[in-house]
Amino acid sequence: MGQTIKLRNMSLKDKLVSSFLAFDDHLEDESPIHDIRSKAIKNFEENGFPTKKEEDWKYTSLKPILKDNYSIFPKGENTVELKDVKQYFLHDIDTFKVVFIDGVYSSFLSETTHDSMDICLISSALKKDKYSASIETYYNKIAGEDSLTSLNTAFAKEGAYINIPKNKEVEKPIEIINFVTGKEEALMAQPRNLIIVGENAHVQIIERHQSLTDNAVLTNSVTEIFVEKRAFIDYYKIQNNNSTASLIDSTFISQEQDSNCCLHTFSLGGKLTRNNLKFSQNGEHCDSTLKGITILKDKQHVDHNTLVEHIAPNCESHQDYKGLYSDKSTGVFNGKVIVEKEAQKTNAFQQNNNILIDDKATVNAKPQLEIFADDVKCSHGCTIGQFDEEALFYLRSRGIAKKEAQALLMYAFANTVLESVKIPSLKRRINRIIAEKIGVSIGFNV
Amino acid sequence: MKKFTEDDLKKDLETKEYEYGFYTDIESETFPIGLNEDIVKAISKKKEEPSWMTEWRLESFRYWKEMVEPEWANVHYEKPDFQAISYYSAPSTKPKYDSLDEVDPELLDTFKRLGISIDEQKKLANVAVDIVMDSVSVATTFKKTLSEKGIIFCSISEAIKEHPELVKKYIGSVVPQRDNFYAALNSAVFSDGSFCYIPKGVRCPMELSTYFRINQAGTGQFERTLVIADKGSYVSYLEGCTAPSRDENQLHAAVVELIALDDAEIKYSTVQNWYPGNKEGKGGVFNFVTKRGICEKNAKISWTQVETGSAVTWKYPSCILKGDNSIGEFYSIAVTNNFQQADTGTKMIHLGKNTKSTIISKGISAGKSQNSYRGLVQINARAKNARNFSQCDSLLMGNECGAHTFPYIEAKNKTAQIEHEATTSKIGEDQIFYCNQRGIDTEKAIALIVNGFSKEVLNKLPMEFAVEAQKLLEISLEGSVG
Repeated sequence: MGQTIKLRNMSLKDKLVSSFLAFDDHLEDESPIHDIRSKAIKNFEENGFPTKKEEDWKYTSLKPILKDNYSIFPKGENTVELKDVKQYFLHDIDTFKVVFIDGVYSSFLSETTHDSMDICLISSALKKDKYSASIETYYNKIAGEDSLTSLNTAFAKEGAYINIPKNKEVEKPIEIINFVTGKEEALMAQPRNLIIVGENAHVQIIERHQSLTDNAVLTNSVTEIFVEKRAFIDYYKIQNNNSTASLIDSTFISQEQDSNCCLHTFSLGGKLTRNNLKFSQNGEHCDSTLKGITILKDKQHVDHNTLVEHIAPNCESHQDYKGLYSDKSTGVFNGKVIVEKEAQKTNAFQQNNNILIDDKATVNAKPQLEIFADDVKCSHGCTIGQFDEEALFYLRSRGIAKKEAQALLMYAFANTVLESVKIPSLKRRINRIIAEKIGVSIGFNV
Repeated sequence: MKKFTEDDLKKDLETKEYEYGFYTDIESETFPIGLNEDIVKAISKKKEEPSWMTEWRLESFRYWKEMVEPEWANVHYEKPDFQAISYYSAPSTKPKYDSLDEVDPELLDTFKRLGISIDEQKKLANVAVDIVMDSVSVATTFKKTLSEKGIIFCSISEAIKEHPELVKKYIGSVVPQRDNFYAALNSAVFSDGSFCYIPKGVRCPMELSTYFRINQAGTGQFERTLVIADKGSYVSYLEGCTAPSRDENQLHAAVVELIALDDAEIKYSTVQNWYPGNKEGKGGVFNFVTKRGICEKNAKISWTQVETGSAVTWKYPSCILKGDNSIGEFYSIAVTNNFQQADTGTKMIHLGKNTKSTIISKGISAGKSQNSYRGLVQINARAKNARNFSQCDSLLMGNECGAHTFPYIEAKNKTAQIEHEATTSKIGEDQIFYCNQRGIDTEKAIALIVNGFSKEVLNKLPMEFAVEAQKLLEISLEGSVG
């Protein structure tokens, strides 16, 4: 009993560090990742949670979400009824699904495969000998050493493992969904995904974190993606969570020659969302696309932190982030493009447009360029403004009510991001969510 | 004719000695090195300052002692040892002159070699020059014309003695003593600088200008400039710098404060050409400057700078747009070559309604230099209808240099309109080819293109300065064929 009281008064950091020992004993593995874990927890212990004093966290404070008394492990196995969560799936049958409930794999809701490719669990990949070569080559190889990623590395035991072999085109999209039931008073989840897209392979993935109650949830998710030569990956992150759920999502992408990676982030809800995207282009002729739509209200906070590292010549990157902020919401865009000395003929473009709808809303933007090569074309643009009064007047003079007129303009504003969504049903879904957020129903048939 | 190749150009540039690198032997009265309260008191005493000033300096010194040198800038250098610097040096022949004839001929000769002929400037450019050589002002011209209009233009030490009420009211009001490490240091030990007050409704009939020079080896230069434009007045102030060649690094930590009261306008132009160090990156001046202006209602402050010198530049001329309808402008060209490093930009703090700001920054990096733009645009909650436009363009020459952009944009008001754009590119081969085709050699072509690239900023400089600046750009970039 004394132990519990002690735990309650501990800071989250101390609690995590002391829980690690028990966690590590419990796992009882002698595998190489044991060392990775111990190193990671040490790193976290040294650095702790990032504060606003750190340049990368200048505009985002974790304080408000760290004070909850999070359980680090769910007490028991929890289940959910299919009917309760059906709405969060894109399709009943037309997708592969890797579903987790409170961090535990749910075979009942999932549809995985080992047929000519692996769409399964990181936990089994870490245990089974069959995968050891792959784990050794890829696991924790590109994940950063910042304290939050380290924290995930230390505690990670479950997540999706996707390995698409050479020349394989995956016939239907893969959905990775993390549900939190809220049976715990407050839960901290640390999913860890590893995705390998082999040469010439082609895959579409949708990732979603969903809390099912109003209890506090903190998800610290890490995903590593390897895109081999000429491979193609289309990745969508849907963040439309409850106002009590926070998400720190770090994604590390390593691209080889002629590969193409397209990543969309839809931040439409959640208490605090922090997206860290790190792209490194290691071979020539890589193409990276980073797009995002952020629509916030109340006191929500979203921080997009992107980093594109151009290491090899003749590569391209495109970034396009749109944000709409109402009430007291805060948006942060911190984008960085680094062009190394060898990366001649790089073409990098970064755009960030924001609309402030209410007086108390705030936007902080920090688009950065660091260029060390001379024969490059790099540019960024950033705007903060409001609706074009004249456009609004034009629509209204044609008999469209103010709300609908505004909604039309919002759609137009966000459309450069929406139009590149390649899965039609997903596009419809996002359109519906956006309409709901804006509070109108306009019949868009896309 | 033998073809002049890129390599030749490069060699030319590398061996090019700093044109203004010479040292005038004027007997200086220099304090022992090091810094403590006694030195601060001694400086104050030496300058015959009233006790409130001595106290102010001591207070600043105490703040400074508790501060640490900032490290966030994108520059790398060996930190100066603040105890190895002498904090006061003044030319010892120090009578007040009535005319130029009485000035030390050696000093006048220095100015001639710098290309600043006072006589010529008097006649041709209609510029009043307050020459600061090693911290003490030795020649002031056109004082009479100015005083007829009620304009006060003198050294800051003179102003402390003769206009204490103005100095007391405004000094440290824009850049507080504890603003940053270097501002605190400057507040404690500032040696001299310029003071300017334009009375209500007066339009200053001429460009006010000051030339600075670091002369004495091992002396830090701590200038303090205070410009006050009273209601409805206008002033254009010029500042230009050249420094002699020195092997050890010299420190320049100046503070400039501008105060534009209601409806006033201040135009502050700088051409900075401190010694940048030689081609191995040895020597050169550290330029750590705090420049800031405050705008009251309908006031306007415009900063224009051409930065070609210094080994390390750390400078952010800023505007606090406090009054409604006030305007802030920042036009900058920063050129870095060899091992120079520049981290420069601006801050536009919008507090009042309908405030506007414009930022045009052009960075040109060549050789092994690093050039960064760092800027902040902040629209506060009460700044309704604030407007900002920023443009940061970088030009890279060669693949050993770097160009960086770090803009911070913070909007807390829905009526704010902010546009920011940045581009990085090199001089196009087709542009050079076009020029070559028309008989313009490559070097001239580059000068032409660079001039075109920086035209928006050069246009903002007063005429006399624009010519000088254009020449400086050419000298700084000679041979850096992209």
